Amino acid sequence: MLPELGHFALILALCLCVLLGTFPLYGAATGNVRYMGLARPLVAGVFVFIGLAYVLLTYSFAIDDFSVTYIQQHSNTLLPFRYKLTAVWGGHEGSFLLWTFMLAGWMLAVAVFSRSMPIEFVARVLGVLGLLSVGYLLFMLATSNPFDRIVPLPPADGADLNSALQDFGFIVHPPTLYMGYVGFSVVFAFAMAALLSGRLDAAWARWCRPWANVAWSILTIGIALGSWWAYYELGWGGWWAWDPVENPPLITWLFGTALIHSLAVTEKRGIFKSWTVMLAILAFAGSLLGTFITRSGLLTSVHAFATDPERGVFILAILTLSVGGALLLFAVRAPLLRGRFGFGILSREMLLLVNNLILVVSAASVFLGTLFPMVYQALTDDLISIGPPYFNAIFVPLMALLVLVLGVGPISRWKKTSGRYLTTQLLWVGALSLALGIALPLAVTLEFGLGPTLTVALASWIVLSSIKDAKNKLGNKKTLMAGLRALPLSYYGMQLAHLGVATMVVGAALTSVYSTEKSVLLGPGERMDLGGYEFEFIGAKPITGPNFRGMEATLEVYRGDELLRELHPERRLYLASGTPSTEMAIDAGFWRDLFVTLGEEKGASAWSMTIYVKPFVRWVWLGAIFMCLGGIVAAGDKRYRRALDKQAAQKQTASIAPLEPAEGVS
Amino acid sequence: MNRSLAFLPVAAFLVLAVVMWRGLYLDSKELPSMLIDKPMPAFDKLTVDGQAVDNDSLPTEPFLLNVWGSYCLPCLIEHPTFMRLSESAEIPIVGVNYRDQKALALDWLEENGNPYAFSILDEPGRFGIDLGVYGAPETYLVDSKGVIRYRHVSVLDETVWRDVFEPAIAELRAQEAAQ
Repeated sequence: MLPELGHFALILALCLCVLLGTFPLYGAATGNVRYMGLARPLVAGVFVFIGLAYVLLTYSFAIDDFSVTYIQQHSNTLLPFRYKLTAVWGGHEGSFLLWTFMLAGWMLAVAVFSRSMPIEFVARVLGVLGLLSVGYLLFMLATSNPFDRIVPLPPADGADLNSALQDFGFIVHPPTLYMGYVGFSVVFAFAMAALLSGRLDAAWARWCRPWANVAWSILTIGIALGSWWAYYELGWGGWWAWDPVENPPLITWLFGTALIHSLAVTEKRGIFKSWTVMLAILAFAGSLLGTFITRSGLLTSVHAFATDPERGVFILAILTLSVGGALLLFAVRAPLLRGRFGFGILSREMLLLVNNLILVVSAASVFLGTLFPMVYQALTDDLISIGPPYFNAIFVPLMALLVLVLGVGPISRWKKTSGRYLTTQLLWVGALSLALGIALPLAVTLEFGLGPTLTVALASWIVLSSIKDAKNKLGNKKTLMAGLRALPLSYYGMQLAHLGVATMVVGAALTSVYSTEKSVLLGPGERMDLGGYEFEFIGAKPITGPNFRGMEATLEVYRGDELLRELHPERRLYLASGTPSTEMAIDAGFWRDLFVTLGEEKGASAWSMTIYVKPFVRWVWLGAIFMCLGGIVAAGDKRYRRALDKQAAQKQTASIAPLEPAEGVS
Repeated sequence: MNRSLAFLPVAAFLVLAVVMWRGLYLDSKELPSMLIDKPMPAFDKLTVDGQAVDNDSLPTEPFLLNVWGSYCLPCLIEHPTFMRLSESAEIPIVGVNYRDQKALALDWLEENGNPYAFSILDEPGRFGIDLGVYGAPETYLVDSKGVIRYRHVSVLDETVWRDVFEPAIAELRAQEAAQ
């Protein structure tokens, strides 16, 4: 009964979305306030019904209702309770329900936190999101209903959740990633609303910025969580594999990063308007493309859900209608928008444009590398694979270039900056960065390497130029505290995020240069050396878990004579599915990770194992955390709220005040 | 901005959409076996019930090589087809018990029936790697000389049998009879 109720709730939500996608948009086009006013209540209804469906599916998982096909395929009586609740997104149907639920959540947030935007604008944003939801819900009901039953004879037990998914990473990664992904639908809806209204002004950009920042921040952390999870769960010792399904979030993120910078220019200077809208469309297209690739079986990947071309066609139709429609609207409307201000060759506008170009080129090359094997196959019938060498060869230099520009951007001025000014500002910063780049790795490792030198130099370049910029901003204030208080939150957010870039650069580059690994066969009592540590294998003993059996090994790690800690890598066999899995043992540290994966028992209690020492690997995720926090801090800037109040005040007095450019931040 | 230029993105997108639509119908699963028309990789292994087998133990007529495992749910779906084929002696079937455990595999055969002439025990999955297996289930059509002629990834149910394998086997037998 409950699953049918869930199914019915989805149908009701679909009906409400149809209303949401028509009346408010029609109202906004004809100036009918009553129709526009329907948007918010309808969104509340959509949220309630999709939420109800979500809760009912979760509840059915909790009570082991294996008569539901989806639950039979992804759960088991022995599955620990927390994984029963999260197994909801362990497969295609349920994860799509989560996706739709996330969208409903974002819609509700827009409905609640848009009190001071004009009603036509809110109606259009919510209407566009309603249309998108119609597509998603139709897709779910037509091809991927999570509530389908097994009739007539329901099985007694389920097939169990994929053992790789029975992990903390699986609890946090998909919801965060989806939330970030879906957040770009909101940004897209803002862009569409602006295009529909024909008023792509600075106000639009200002309304959109906090939403774009938050979506970007969540996506950042979602990707980082996925990378962290893959690192400790899959046990190949890396944190990024250029898997075809990792790439679309990255593409979205790169477009999103370009977008939050371009929005700044649009808001502050009233230019790049068409470009900003285009980026909003591209970021959204990236997010839908990710769904399409994962759920259609277009590309073979470790992430792929059960594949079905029918689903692929459906998502492709949603993709074509939404993105194609948006681009068409763009083509019709965008030429009418022209920038009002020119800017110099050396100016913050120009530097941000360069930032945008680098990011878009990076996104495009990742996109090409991801889809090229398929295109190649379509043309020649041969199968090729494009691996990390391609991506690294293109991506790494582009990012280095981006970091160079990043150092100059914040310190430069709008409209026109003299080359002499930049030189005086940055000459010493550059020289010092280079000196640090040469000295630091040399002092620690006693070896010169080009990679580490460039890495440390680039990271120092970001940090030192940020400090220099902050010093400039604070220099003309009376006291340090007064200066710090006068700086807007968005400035702090920007600095924090840029610091995150520096941290991530260090992590990504140095871990790839300095990591060492060794595969060995160790008997009890035997030792091995790696990267200045000694590992002694004590022995292995059998263990039993709630739904698995396995072996757990014990290793003691020594540095010199001092015992640092014990590590316990495991091999598990999940009983219901019979799948083996290895659990890494990791000693995480700020400066390095020690990492052991257990292989197989060979001969008299000797085990094969692989041991890794990975310096700086934590910095990759630490950098992502800084970026995420930076984005959220910037979104909290009171300028956005104040601007909304002013908008409300404007409405009352019906006077049009010129928009003052807010102080000094991108 | 030039008006016609503004239509460039939408045009480019439509081209891309068509390519992706075509891509959906490319079966990336059928193609990448490097072993089509190549002999089966050499093996010298044990069966699940402990007998030693090598390439000489293979049937001397066309046969199916089915990759299975007790953990593999889709294998249960195709299993009745293999049982029927083996009971009616339509074609010999050799199993590859892929990345499984011997005890679990024996239980599974006990419970569901054993359609295989023998099942090669491939606990570490090494033989599967030589064959280029993605995962169970997969089925290969091998000719009387031990040359792989066709590869099917995923479930071989009655429909696949009727539409794909029956004609392919008939053709293969006709070819061999003509030689």
